[in-house]
Amino acid sequence: MNNLINILQYQFVERAIIAGLFLGIVCAVMGVFLVLRKMSLIGDGLAHISFGAIAIGIVFGFYPLVTAIPLVIIASLIIYALTRKHIIEGDAIIGILASLGLAMGVILSSISTGFNVDIFSYLFGNILSITQPDLLFVIIGSIIILSIIILFYQEFMAISFNPEQAQISGIPVTILDILFSIITALTVLMSIKLAGALLVSALIILPASSSLQIAKSFQNTVLLAIVFALVSILIGIIISFVFNIPTGATIVTVNAIIFFAILIIKLLKAKELSYRNM
Amino acid sequence: MQNPIISIRNLSVEFNSIKVLDDINLDIYQDDFIGIAGPNGAGKSTLIKTLLNLNNYTGEINLWDKPLNKFKNWNYIGYLPQSPNQYSHQFPATVEEIVALGLISSLDFPRILDKKSLQRVKDILTELEIIDLTKTSIHDLSGGQRQRVWLAKALVSEPKVLILDEPTNALDPEIRQVFYKQITKLHKQGVAIILITHDTSDIGTYAKKLLLLDTKVIFWGEFSDICNSDKMSSYFGEAAKHLICHQHE
Repeated sequence: MNNLINILQYQFVERAIIAGLFLGIVCAVMGVFLVLRKMSLIGDGLAHISFGAIAIGIVFGFYPLVTAIPLVIIASLIIYALTRKHIIEGDAIIGILASLGLAMGVILSSISTGFNVDIFSYLFGNILSITQPDLLFVIIGSIIILSIIILFYQEFMAISFNPEQAQISGIPVTILDILFSIITALTVLMSIKLAGALLVSALIILPASSSLQIAKSFQNTVLLAIVFALVSILIGIIISFVFNIPTGATIVTVNAIIFFAILIIKLLKAKELSYRNM
Repeated sequence: MQNPIISIRNLSVEFNSIKVLDDINLDIYQDDFIGIAGPNGAGKSTLIKTLLNLNNYTGEINLWDKPLNKFKNWNYIGYLPQSPNQYSHQFPATVEEIVALGLISSLDFPRILDKKSLQRVKDILTELEIIDLTKTSIHDLSGGQRQRVWLAKALVSEPKVLILDEPTNALDPEIRQVFYKQITKLHKQGVAIILITHDTSDIGTYAKKLLLLDTKVIFWGEFSDICNSDKMSSYFGEAAKHLICHQHE
């Protein structure tokens, strides 16, 4: 217990926990909508694009987000536009842009050896290295994203349920899809310091997927996803600090353990029920 | 003479240069109960989806005297689609949450459900005798219960016209009868009904006007008119003609 209190006395841990709590809530909520809309992979794709976009900023001496925010939002909108018009399948365009983003990051880091450490911290993530400006970006970004979700909660739910029926209800589906693409890009960008480009999509997919296994209502799905995300982040930060292992990977592992535990319990219960009914 | 609630002039719709609807002209009034019939690919569902602003078209469509692209009162229209069950099998929602989605068109921004909205949901669930399913997951419903939930979603905004696209396809005869009893009751309360169905006996039993469609309008009007014409036998066959026209003798 004393160790835990000691951990919290470090300012960088305090920053990590505050950022983690905000990101946990945002990723969990966005995750529910993305998983239900079969857009889980977009998190992975945008994260890889972010890596390339951040590398551009670092190499040219900008604060990385200055280049990353517009580039990743543009990429997210390109994915939306091409998928919507059926010009190319969603997973294909995500794969193409993700590969391009990763390739850009690798090339830029190879020609600017001095910045390698910075760039690779975005690839693997380290929430304990989060700076004051990063924290500010996370807090402001989270408040904006959550406000948008609260304001358009019914609309986003209706579109996730059935986009055609949502349009018939008079919902401006295209405008809200564009807004959703922008906040998805922001969510990924904010989370990249926490889990890294390689693992950020897990933060979005796993809490929502765990919650979807057990929740019966949409509201409970969102709330449970938030609970799973926050528990994983807090446990993950503490374990990673105590055992000196990478934070992002530890958080994702805790998330995955929760998901598989729920899945196994659910399958065992279903098996037990089918035995009883025999 | 009352104004038509839906007015269609010279409506044509093409998909990939193939004409699906050709020069359709219709006026639909508040006291109408219309049955739309026609062979597969006749354009029945396309006509409805065009009215709901989901398709590109040429011609003119007015809803309550407003051009379709300027029409905003979507709560006037309740719609039960052909395949309402087309949603992710994972989608977690209770009956209450799904029915509340039907209120979106009548809420002002920000569309947050207040006590009055939730009471309206309860009222419609009570009216359709499914109030005990309020907190039930939509995945735990029988076919008949699910159909009533979709109907509740279509009716919760208190529409002036209800559009039903093959509403009883997956229902057994007993539940079907209950379903149409509710529709007839709604019509008596003043809701205009537009019913698409392959089942000619349903049209014959419940509808007052018939729109026979096969890309073009083959017949549009009162049953008494078509029952005396040759078109009826050639499109439906003698047996179906007897079934439909018998109801309107």
